Amino acid sequence: MVLPVSEREYMNVAGITGPLIIVEGVKGVGYGELVEIRTPSGEIRIGQTLEVDEDKAVVQVFEGTTGLSQRNMRTVFLGKTLEIPVHRDMLGRIFDGLGRPIDGAPQVVSEVMRDINGLPINPYSREYPRDFIQTGISAIDGMNTLIRGQKLPVFSGSGMPHNRIAAQIARQAKILTSEEEFTVVFAAMGVKFDVAWFFINSLEESGVLDNSAIFLSLANSPSIERIITPRAALTLAEYLAYDLEMHVLVILTDMTNYCESLRELSSSRGEIPSRKGYPGYLYSDLASIYERSGRIRGRRGSITQIPILTMPSDDISHPVPDLTGYITEGQIVLERELFNRGIYPPIAGLPSLSRLMKDGIGEGRTRKDHAGLAAQLFACYAKVKRIRSLAAIVGEEELSKIDKLYLHFGRAFEDEYLSQGYDENRDIETTLSIGWKMLSFLPEEELYRISRDDIQRYYIPDKSGEK
Amino acid sequence: MSETGLTGRIVSVNGPIVKAVGLTGAGMMDMAEVGPYRLIGELIRFQNEIAVIQVYEDNTGLKPGDTVTTSGRPLSVLLGPGLISNIYDGIQRPLISLEQITGSFITKGVKASPLDIERKWCVDITATEGDEIKSGMVIGGIMESEAVLHRVMIPPGVSGRLDYIAPSGSYTIEDEIYRIKTETGIFSGKLANYWPVRKPRPFLEKKKSTVPLITGQRIIDTFFPIARGGTAAIPGGFGTGKTMTQHALAKWCDAEIIVYIGCGERGNEMTDVLNEFPKLVDPRSGHPLMERTVMIANTSNMPVAAREVSIYTGVTIAEYYRDMGYNVAIMADSTSRWAEALRELSSRLGDMPAEEGFPSYLATRLAEFYERGGYVETLCGTEGSISIIGAVSPPGGDFSEPVTQHTTRFVRCFWALDKILADARHYPSISWIDSYSEYLDDIKGWWIAVDSAWHEIRSAALNILLEENRLQQIVKLVGPDALPVEQRFLLQCAELIKNGFLQQNAFDPKDMYSTPLKQMKLLKLMTKFFHEGNKLISSGVDLKDILEMPGIPELARLKSEIGNDENEMIDQFEEKLVSGMYELLRKAKDGASGV
Repeated sequence: MVLPVSEREYMNVAGITGPLIIVEGVKGVGYGELVEIRTPSGEIRIGQTLEVDEDKAVVQVFEGTTGLSQRNMRTVFLGKTLEIPVHRDMLGRIFDGLGRPIDGAPQVVSEVMRDINGLPINPYSREYPRDFIQTGISAIDGMNTLIRGQKLPVFSGSGMPHNRIAAQIARQAKILTSEEEFTVVFAAMGVKFDVAWFFINSLEESGVLDNSAIFLSLANSPSIERIITPRAALTLAEYLAYDLEMHVLVILTDMTNYCESLRELSSSRGEIPSRKGYPGYLYSDLASIYERSGRIRGRRGSITQIPILTMPSDDISHPVPDLTGYITEGQIVLERELFNRGIYPPIAGLPSLSRLMKDGIGEGRTRKDHAGLAAQLFACYAKVKRIRSLAAIVGEEELSKIDKLYLHFGRAFEDEYLSQGYDENRDIETTLSIGWKMLSFLPEEELYRISRDDIQRYYIPDKSGEK
Repeated sequence: MSETGLTGRIVSVNGPIVKAVGLTGAGMMDMAEVGPYRLIGELIRFQNEIAVIQVYEDNTGLKPGDTVTTSGRPLSVLLGPGLISNIYDGIQRPLISLEQITGSFITKGVKASPLDIERKWCVDITATEGDEIKSGMVIGGIMESEAVLHRVMIPPGVSGRLDYIAPSGSYTIEDEIYRIKTETGIFSGKLANYWPVRKPRPFLEKKKSTVPLITGQRIIDTFFPIARGGTAAIPGGFGTGKTMTQHALAKWCDAEIIVYIGCGERGNEMTDVLNEFPKLVDPRSGHPLMERTVMIANTSNMPVAAREVSIYTGVTIAEYYRDMGYNVAIMADSTSRWAEALRELSSRLGDMPAEEGFPSYLATRLAEFYERGGYVETLCGTEGSISIIGAVSPPGGDFSEPVTQHTTRFVRCFWALDKILADARHYPSISWIDSYSEYLDDIKGWWIAVDSAWHEIRSAALNILLEENRLQQIVKLVGPDALPVEQRFLLQCAELIKNGFLQQNAFDPKDMYSTPLKQMKLLKLMTKFFHEGNKLISSGVDLKDILEMPGIPELARLKSEIGNDENEMIDQFEEKLVSGMYELLRKAKDGASGV
């Protein structure tokens, strides 16, 4: 292997703290430069400079600093930034968190090397995403539509079936107007082996494993490695989408673990923390991951992102879900109460949202009545929640007739509309007609969000709830 | 005193903060070009012989030893024809030209002139040689877009006798248009000039504004209006519709120029604006909305330092059009991201943090920004205004955090977005309980000219809503049926105002925008229904009979069924409704006398 000209080696390690080492006596080291750390035993770890002074560099070591010693450690500055090879042959393969193969097959050889940080897409060059993705899940298709090129996270809590939902989406996702398949790039950060195994298995069962690339930084890998994992995965995704014009579905799990690694790194650098000890730049850092999705004008491919995160103690105002929600185009929120009642998928009716839905549905895309129907279901379900809290105090018997109808609607909505099987793939027509069936339990006067035309066409009153 | 062309050497790099030596003598806030890619930066601090530079582009690979060159002038924007319909990043690099140079991704160090230097503008000269010229004076005009007449002004600080002026004709922004003999020498004038972003452009005096900025959004115009030249904040947690509200305002408010600043927000939102604005037609000028819009897009994945400067870039462009005598509205989405950029940079500088890691000068910077808004008499004697509408994104939707708290001190309109309303998809989700406007008294006269009963109608409707909020506390405990009939009727009327007036569908062609007259007529109808209904109830009419009257279900739909130019239909509806109510009253009286 030919070594880059600008490669320089130093041995003067002045300090090791957390995942950082401080190297003194360096000359001409660049900010963000890639570093190799070679131990006497022949082990090679890689790192990157975080801060450079005239004679000193702070290096973060992605494999962690465990076992490193100030003596006999050689640090080699490579004069380039962290790049990974990208190639079509990376599909069907499994990599570690830094993009190196761990499936026993040889290293991918490619002429194309890409900086893992990517480059920001010029906002003017973006194409506004509008293609409806049918996931076969009513709560998503009907109420929080996923669009090709969208970033739509799943906010979950420990123990809830976020992985099953993501796997179901990966298996069922399809575009109504085209036959093109999704290519899946899956990145696991700090999750347990069984979660990774579940995904690999589920991709295999649905026959898309050969069309998938998997990046694993499991819970037993050094936490600092997770800083790289989503970036490596997205670098490949960008190549597949924008160079090879594929439609890529990127699943990132679990972003909370990623943020914790970032916090660890930040605190070992002695930075001033903001909320809950997370660094002040958490928003910008997350944006540098989530914004690597979308469509580009004049290119056929797309990147659709489904980041998964677990909300610590189900708290949606925790910095990780909170900042994520500010960047992503909506969120699918899982609800403990529905989950405990055995409803799958336990997708919360009200806090879930898809910001791109408005332009991806309607006539010629899904159906003309879709927007009004979804708005009406949201409004009615919001009212159900109010009436339920009232019923908890005065008792259901004391409620007015119309309020009782709403309760009936609410139960039916949860049991028939939200709830469906892990293998059940509902097409959009089915989802919409179940939606109308739910509204049929309510009198026509209550349907103020729907146009008169649509009411005439689809609304058939059902009085069974009045009993 | 700054000098031109100082060259220094980098000694350390920490994120976007670079330290260099050899720049002693350069001016504070001067612009610098950093490293081999000549990245744009700004000198923000001097510590002994070390100069601290904030770099506005990705500086990966920058090394100690690399050179830094200062330009001798502060970070500036180029002001001239061609700004309208353009889209810039935070440091006024034109994104359309960048795409032509580097493709769909922004590479570092790429440079392009903010304004097209080759395009010829058709200039209509109005000044003549020998004129006495004062700064700010208009010497000619250019049709910059179908909707905007660009007034060519003498830059601030220049005055004297007009020695030479070019005849009307076609010129580029680099051609000499005029020469002025000033006290210090000859000033050669072009169509475009630089102005430092952090320095407010001068004007004669600030004035009180008595005209509202009409936004077409009913809850804003009727309940919480903003005056031209006013300042407003829209705080709301994620998913409450800040950006949707900002977009609606940018589309329909009656300012002549819109500066839309996407500061640290999503790329796709800017694309949405870029797609939609050329297609939508401004109801007042009849031209596409894009023809009056300047966009600044520094999305969340673009360099943080440029995000910090983006709002100044935007406000300087706004001041330039204000000086021409226009009413300008700035949408800044979101000021929280700007404050976070400030926090990130100050933390890298090692500043002592104040609340939640924000620097202690956060409040000062916010105040300075909002103070650049206002209704003014310009240097050339006309009147112009800048209205600033800033979105705030409080973490966790908690309004007690520093950015929201400081912002409320400097704005006079507060449009609080409500999570519960947004969850029920009630948009705009502006809360009528927590919002306020301090401009009510200033613009009272304008509204009274629309309808003399404006104040009464507005108060009556607001009282219904506030009373409903109070009653809901009781309803939560005992249910609505336990309330007396008058209060149950009030709940129904409040629901009607919420669904039929406050809630507004941004995608419905008739509902997306309401003229002040339509707003007044709708609300008048609803408050009338409430008053008349109460009379019926006290005369013993059954609540059920009132609510089942023909036309009641239509009431909540009038907003989307009657167009802005069909207000007489609201009058007709009102007649029918009122006569229906009299009918009920008559029947009730007959029934009573018959017993």
